[in-house]
Amino acid sequence: MAERNGMVERRGAGLWLTHLGLIVGIAFIFFPIWLAFVASTVEQQDIVRPPMPLLPGDQFFANYARALTSGVNAPVSTMLWNSLIMAVGIALGKIAISLLSAFAIVYFRFPGRRLFFWLIFLTLMLPVEVRIVPTYEVIANFGMLNSYQGLILPLIASATATFLFRQFFMTVPDELAEAARVDGARPMRFFFDILLPMSRTNIAALFVILFIYGWNQYLWPLLITTDPEMNTIVMGIKQMFPSGDDIADWPVIMATSLLAMVPPVLVVVGMQRLFIRGLVESEK
Amino acid sequence: MATLILNNVKKSFGMTEVIHGISINVADGEFIVIVGPSGCGKSTLLRMVAGLETVTSGDVQIGGRRVNDQEPMDRDIAMVFQNYALYPHMSVFDNMAYGLKIARTPRAEIEERVEQAARLLQLETYLQRKPRELSGGQRQRVAMGRAIVRKPAVFLFDEPLSNLDAKLRVQMRLEIKALQRELGVTALYVTHDQVEAMTMADRMIVMNGGMADQIGAPLEVYANPATEFVAGFIGSPPTNFLSTEIMGRSGDSRIGVRPEHTRLSDSGNLKARTVYAEALGAETLVHVRCADGTQVTVRQDAASTIPQEGAEVGLDWDPADEMKFDSSGRRC
Repeated sequence: MAERNGMVERRGAGLWLTHLGLIVGIAFIFFPIWLAFVASTVEQQDIVRPPMPLLPGDQFFANYARALTSGVNAPVSTMLWNSLIMAVGIALGKIAISLLSAFAIVYFRFPGRRLFFWLIFLTLMLPVEVRIVPTYEVIANFGMLNSYQGLILPLIASATATFLFRQFFMTVPDELAEAARVDGARPMRFFFDILLPMSRTNIAALFVILFIYGWNQYLWPLLITTDPEMNTIVMGIKQMFPSGDDIADWPVIMATSLLAMVPPVLVVVGMQRLFIRGLVESEK
Repeated sequence: MATLILNNVKKSFGMTEVIHGISINVADGEFIVIVGPSGCGKSTLLRMVAGLETVTSGDVQIGGRRVNDQEPMDRDIAMVFQNYALYPHMSVFDNMAYGLKIARTPRAEIEERVEQAARLLQLETYLQRKPRELSGGQRQRVAMGRAIVRKPAVFLFDEPLSNLDAKLRVQMRLEIKALQRELGVTALYVTHDQVEAMTMADRMIVMNGGMADQIGAPLEVYANPATEFVAGFIGSPPTNFLSTEIMGRSGDSRIGVRPEHTRLSDSGNLKARTVYAEALGAETLVHVRCADGTQVTVRQDAASTIPQEGAEVGLDWDPADEMKFDSSGRRC
């Protein structure tokens, strides 16, 4: 260890300066969150009357209870639930589909294999926003507006995840597939028994990324959910802002914002170990 | 336990033919080693028997059944791969049991067979470990165990020892051979190492450029190589080849003499200059160079005098030990 200290642990002023830089950086990022937290624990009047308080008030439980049960348009608990279903649905759906398509592309020789790969790859360059009008049309014609299917299905195909799994599958030695074949495993058996367990760290890493991607969807839910009962939390926050002369209920909005952050944070923290392993380690 | 028959088996990738027709009848319980340099098609041949490559033409028969169009699992074979191909997320037990599980063997029987194989391979204490927690030799054993538990008719080995260090290789070589004897299973074993071929084979197939140059028992192949390639490939150090020109004879052929049949003697009529001597303890290899630049290796026992580097020596051998090859490399 001693030799390595030179790089990692710089002594004296340098050490303090680095820490100072980091602390300032963290404070910079954390301050708005702190402010939101403070705002969610005080009363409306305290916020609108300058100066704004910097220490938490005593309305924590009242404000959060109000947000969760009634909110502004829809109760936050409903919106959280909707978001959770959408995010989990998108994450799991994307993983399932991209695992299968990567499996097909890597392990099967079929006509147009390269073509399909490049078609999938091409969609990487088309974000949701570009194809949003035709997608809306399709979903509307299927009668999926204001439904979970409508929220999830259009976002479920993922070129990124397919690409990632393809790269991973290509590092799995061919001998393994051959050994499974000699052992009598049919392709899907090989997929479930060998390939899937071997990909679990990649799946975990991808789940975190895709969960947050799904959770943060804004434009799409905004377009297809008109019923407040189907609102997701991220778009819900925006809709809480007053239009015209209405008065913004800042404590509830802030409480909602903080509540919206909780599930992604939980997912990241909970899967951190697997997540990091999936990104750095290629277990073979 | 079964016979294995290859009948004029050929393989092409696209337009390129890589196996040019190989035929052999393997008796029940026989240990056949396919040996040759890399790229000679030996692995392809094995994979065709395994069913991992299609057979372009010809027949593969296992136990009297034509298996050309059968999946590997239906061929009654088991294969040991070069890199072991153990399933990394499964324990040793599960690795060995996987094939049986797929075949829906009853749980009790699976356990019995795996434990039996583990006992045979001294893996009993490792059954719950993951492959990555094992040493190279142990992984090799697990791969063997996976083959054994299936009780196949034919064992297929694809260079199974090439990832082990030299000492372990010698040990595993003996173990594999002993195991095959004990189980009495027909085996096909691919290697590029002619020592493995010599020591393990009942009969060996020496392959060169997609053809079987010679098929025969190791000592017979050693004593009587059919082609110049076989003479050069089997035996270490390799056979010395001399042109008839330098021997002062007529004709367009080459003479091969094994290093151990070559002697240094002052009366020898072929003169050469000593280049280098390698003392290996029990024996010494003396490398000499003839007038036309041909290198010749002489193998002599350690007690013999070693000539000085650069000294002129005479080469001599018993004419009975000479092997003559025509211009196409065939024995004549």
